[in-house]
Amino acid sequence: MPRIAGSDIPDNKPTRIALRYIYGIGPHHADKICADLQIEPQTRANKLTEDQLAAIANLIEANYVVEGALRRQTNQDIARLRDIRAYRGLRHRAGLPVRGQRTKTNARTRKGRRKTVAGKKMVKAK
Amino acid sequence: MPRSLKKGPFIQEKLYRKVEILNQQNRKEPIKTWSRASTIVPEFVGHTFLVHNGKSFPPIFITEDMVGHKLGEFSPTRTFRSHTTGTKAQRAKGHL
Repeated sequence: MPRIAGSDIPDNKPTRIALRYIYGIGPHHADKICADLQIEPQTRANKLTEDQLAAIANLIEANYVVEGALRRQTNQDIARLRDIRAYRGLRHRAGLPVRGQRTKTNARTRKGRRKTVAGKKMVKAK
Repeated sequence: MPRSLKKGPFIQEKLYRKVEILNQQNRKEPIKTWSRASTIVPEFVGHTFLVHNGKSFPPIFITEDMVGHKLGEFSPTRTFRSHTTGTKAQRAKGHL
């Protein structure tokens, strides 16, 4: 199995799909990489030649921020918002949605599983 | 959608002039403002602004990291005093 960008092992899927297994490479970048290197996007990842793999690795190395570096960057950006005590930073700290979504209902992705409050008046089921 | 680059960042004219005057005189004193929508520009760094939040004017000391944000982002308009824990009965008894 080919290895690109650290420890990523995209399997025997078409190249344009396999590349998306790298954190930081989505549909757009995957197609762009294939086009830039003139690699047939439908070639299975395990059918790529050594040269092609090296070319992909070099291209990503030079032009994209992926994997650990990207995760670190994202965390730093969030840490900066926290440190300067911006509104967005406060929302990150509180674990609430950052971009102005409603929190009266929904927002479960940020808030986690529902915490039922005992004694709170229930809305009457119709 | 971000603001058009052609227009440049929004800063209340009056506020910007005040900062410039302070910079020329090399003075620093808190500037009271209601202009939460004004973008923080590099000239503001090191100054303290008293930014209205609808009720009071908390002091905001501007650091380099804050450039590009708006003044209002640093002056919260809502207070959240955490949810109470425990049951209704406990609260009624005066616990917590």
